[in-house]
Amino acid sequence: MKSISSKIVILATFLCAGDPLLASENIPIKNCTWCHGTSAQGFTTAPRLAGQRHQYITNQLLDFSRHTRDNPLSKQYMWAAAANLSPRAARDFAMYFSTLPPKTADDGDKNLVAEGKKIYDLGIPDSNIVSCLVCHGPNAEGVRQIPRLGGLAFSYLKKRLQQWGEGYHATAEPMPRIARTLSPNEIEALASYLSFIK
Amino acid sequence: MKLSSLRLALLTALFAIVFSATGRPDDGGAITLRRQDLHAKLGYCTTCHGLSGQGYYGYFPIPRLAGQQPKYLENQLRAFIERRRTNPVMFNVAHSLSPSMVAGLAAHFRGLDPKPIGSGPRDRVATGRAIYQEGLPESNVPACSACHGQEAKGQDEIPRLAGQLFPYTVKELTNWSRERGQGGTKADTSAIMAPTAHNLTPSQIAAIAAYLSYLQ
Repeated sequence: MKSISSKIVILATFLCAGDPLLASENIPIKNCTWCHGTSAQGFTTAPRLAGQRHQYITNQLLDFSRHTRDNPLSKQYMWAAAANLSPRAARDFAMYFSTLPPKTADDGDKNLVAEGKKIYDLGIPDSNIVSCLVCHGPNAEGVRQIPRLGGLAFSYLKKRLQQWGEGYHATAEPMPRIARTLSPNEIEALASYLSFIK
Repeated sequence: MKLSSLRLALLTALFAIVFSATGRPDDGGAITLRRQDLHAKLGYCTTCHGLSGQGYYGYFPIPRLAGQQPKYLENQLRAFIERRRTNPVMFNVAHSLSPSMVAGLAAHFRGLDPKPIGSGPRDRVATGRAIYQEGLPESNVPACSACHGQEAKGQDEIPRLAGQLFPYTVKELTNWSRERGQGGTKADTSAIMAPTAHNLTPSQIAAIAAYLSYLQ
């Protein structure tokens, strides 16, 4: 009798774990949230994953495992983390994080928001700087494999743009070309504006 | 005497404008297009429109410019500047371009011939081809091929449509009179397309756009 009931418990556990909607019980989410924060809102240098486009997350995990996303912290943390991920697991992680509601970092320089918005919306044609809005969306929400930028942390946004200009993650066209045209002040303005977008 | 010298001055001014507007190489080099400026601007255009001008799926569909008719490109850039064609981003892009730059860019894109990105629904291609080649007489839609050509390569002011991005063609035909021919009484060739665009149903628009999206 006792063995039957324990078998039922085991069976029930398996059935729950098998439910594809409960991704958090299927995949070791804690391996990610240890750095990215318990609700994946980002923590210190690790970016927010909550609400990110799932195709984008999947592509980044692929870039880590191929070593094409070779930024210093990516190399230090994400190369090993993504090394043994199956395509299925990468997709499951991506789907899970994309469904979490994102919170806004709000940590940029408020005085630079107006300038940042202007560059984001229209670019600076005289300096051959393109509009960000055309690809990333009017509210920086991203679409398909193009990432959501609204509400990401100032320091993360700034560092990504800087590092493209320095030659890191060179395969992520067209971003390296775009980042090279931005001055340090323009990068700070963009990162500030984006950090406040809901 | 006074009048004729005024006339002479006006004529001189007019000539100066005409020559600077066409960017002739014999204008002393002051406004001749510099190769490195054209190169930088091409880098700017192709960041969004694709390295070979093939177009790009951003948040908004960014149209293919490869193989486009130079006259059409120049007309559209002018329409953005004069706000006859509504697009805040392209207004901003276009109003800082010199006429010689526009001519240089248009000539460059004219010479590109990448494969179309495709991506329209395959099952609508046959219907789209039929509408394109024969029109819809019962809905007062003339054959597209009559003006845009059998191969949809366009001519002069009439744009090339072959290989255009599916969502872009859909968007343009759907929003024709909301996006083009703005600015009241100003002459705008887009008026020619207005009745045709209005007479097409969404499903017919999708079929035409699907056909064009695969056309080399």
